[in-house]
Amino acid sequence: MQRHLISAADLTRDDAVLILDTAEEMARVADRPIKKLPTLRGRTVVNLFFEDSTRTRISFEAAEKRLSADVINFTAKGSSVSKGESLKDTAQTLEAMGVDAVVIRHGASGAPYRLATSGWIDAAVINAGDGTHQHPTQALLDAFTMRRRLVGRDEGLGQDLSGRRITLVGDILHSRVARSNVDLLHTLGAEVTLVAPPTLVPVGVESWPCEVSYDLDRTLSKSDAVMLLRVQRERMNAAFFPTEREYSRRYGLDGDRMAKMPEHAIVMHPGPMVRGMEITAEVADSERCTAIEQVTNGVSIRMAVLYLLLGGNEPAATHTRTEEK
Amino acid sequence: MSKILIRGAKVLGGEPQDVLIDGETIAEVGTGLSAEGAEVVEADGRVLLPGLVDLHTHLREPGREDSETVLTGTRAAASGGYTAVFAMANTFPVADTAGVVEQVYRLGREHGYCDVQPIGAVTVGLEGKKLAELGAMHESAAGVTVFSDDGKCVDDAVIMRRALEYVKAFGGVVAQHAQEPRLTEGAQMNEGVVSAELGLGGWPAVAEESIIARDVLLAEHVGSRVHICHLSTAGSVEIVRWAKSRGIDVTAEVTPHHLLLTDELVRSYNPVYKVNPPLRTERDVLALREALADGTIDIVATDHAPHPHEDKDCEWAAAAMGMVGLETALSVVQQTMVETGLLDWAGVADRMSLKPAEIGRAQGHGRPVSAGEPANLTLVDTAYRGEVDPAGFASRSRNTPYEGRELPGRVTHTWLRGRATLVDGKLA
Ligand SMILES: [Zn+2]
Repeated sequence: MQRHLISAADLTRDDAVLILDTAEEMARVADRPIKKLPTLRGRTVVNLFFEDSTRTRISFEAAEKRLSADVINFTAKGSSVSKGESLKDTAQTLEAMGVDAVVIRHGASGAPYRLATSGWIDAAVINAGDGTHQHPTQALLDAFTMRRRLVGRDEGLGQDLSGRRITLVGDILHSRVARSNVDLLHTLGAEVTLVAPPTLVPVGVESWPCEVSYDLDRTLSKSDAVMLLRVQRERMNAAFFPTEREYSRRYGLDGDRMAKMPEHAIVMHPGPMVRGMEITAEVADSERCTAIEQVTNGVSIRMAVLYLLLGGNEPAATHTRTEEK
Repeated sequence: MSKILIRGAKVLGGEPQDVLIDGETIAEVGTGLSAEGAEVVEADGRVLLPGLVDLHTHLREPGREDSETVLTGTRAAASGGYTAVFAMANTFPVADTAGVVEQVYRLGREHGYCDVQPIGAVTVGLEGKKLAELGAMHESAAGVTVFSDDGKCVDDAVIMRRALEYVKAFGGVVAQHAQEPRLTEGAQMNEGVVSAELGLGGWPAVAEESIIARDVLLAEHVGSRVHICHLSTAGSVEIVRWAKSRGIDVTAEVTPHHLLLTDELVRSYNPVYKVNPPLRTERDVLALREALADGTIDIVATDHAPHPHEDKDCEWAAAAMGMVGLETALSVVQQTMVETGLLDWAGVADRMSLKPAEIGRAQGHGRPVSAGEPANLTLVDTAYRGEVDPAGFASRSRNTPYEGRELPGRVTHTWLRGRATLVDGKLA
């Protein structure tokens, strides 16, 4: 494993499988009465959020606390891009406090990379979402959810997603989740298809290791998982598509469309879901939709990442068993 | 004024010759010239060029003296072999009145390192709405002939048409920063494969090309002269080539960095590579070199854009756009154009001195190296190889993309009207 987690593209297949397997161990901790490991006792982790994201922050915080880390939450909403120095200044302040890891969420693509490579700071850097670039722990939790559902919880250990066909639908252009997922799913051997109106597909996508389609209906029957990406309402005003209704007709997932998917296929959503436009209530509430599981799995994945970056070289499983004695 | 004998210099890269400077002018060019009464500079086979002329420099004074001043900028220019620079209008206050352009012009003359020819803004405050007093700036002591809202595009077609028409009265030229504003909202880098991966806002080639296409058609329609700043894409080259073949009076410039660097460098997220227009692809770079070689692109201009350290030592999106360029331009041109066989030294003299002086009507600059001409000269050690060390820059800012990169060539001497401004690589 590398010292930082900036991009899903930095992970090898073996790194990624190790994280998924470790997350399974971590998930067992959550099933116990005392949901805590002593692994990061005495280590300090800062959640440095320049952009609001309560869901992601709480998920990291839960993971950090379950590993017994000391947690500092630092929110610097809105101050970053308007005044460029603040990232560096903040980083150096944290460095002076002897922080071991920084979980950073930033509105500017590349900010975590700068933080990790500019010599401003020595701590491990974990990217919790940067601009429209990457959100690697989201991709890991998505892959974890897919492996559990499509391969199996125990059968999945040591396995990747070879041969699975995954479709991502929605705003690819502005989505760090799409970028991270394409990278990671490709590394794990899955075949990825992106579906969106052409206005929401980035120029240059042809170099990505995936297929691109403008037609959702034609991809549904050959999908093991369909992942919906959030489409922000303001995109409509910027002429990315004509109306919400038209988007919904062409790219929304309703019961009829879900019926075209193979029986074992799952519906995924990183949340929060815009019901009615991207997904109908019928689909969102169906047993095939994994949105809630994804949230649960997010904590296990983040525990695994923190553990592997900070916790040392022993497999997590050993620790877990020691705890159980 | 004294005499200087430059002995054994390859004038424009030709056979070694002696050049005798007497006072402000070149007295004689030949072989075995007498050194009597003259200070001798042994050129030792170095290349002698007419003093370089930069049609696109940002000196930052007035307003951002923390980045650069007329003094530090002209010292940087002399270090890079320049004897004249055209100073862009996007200062604070904007150079949109006779008062501001005269101030900049005078500072250049007073410091004496390099002639400074101010560029006037096309519109008041660079706001693109109302024509600035172009005639008054032309008639001022600064004698402005080049007008540009550089940093911003004159995107209103009617304003651009009027500006092109208006400057005909005094032989002026409008230098356009071609950037369609709507197509580049939120733009951070070249739109393409790399921007898609990095998740940085794309600056599409068509945003440059569509403005150039419009402006050459406007220039044709009103029979005026238009200059395209820092052309950066293969498509732009095609449009300029077409316009020239049609007889449209268009000239174009390319920066050294667009001749060498590509958007692949942005993968580092290091804002030293953040520039406007952005670094493009390998294909664009090769097209730009070809176009400079065949004359489709007329000149090299630096777009020297100094910024203080703190404006670059931050995350990409927050960083200022621009690179310094005066002190490395000739080296980059040597590497990309001369050592690739695309251009000889006479060609470099044409693209970096003669043509820019002609486009900007810079009196006494861009002249042949021959008797009777003003002694504006640059001596280049073309055999030199070395890593770029910004610590040695004369510019107040250090935002160079070449730090630690090995580049060929080094300017050893610069003379401005017979007076040495650079001697053995040191400012005089
Ligand atoms: Zn410009």
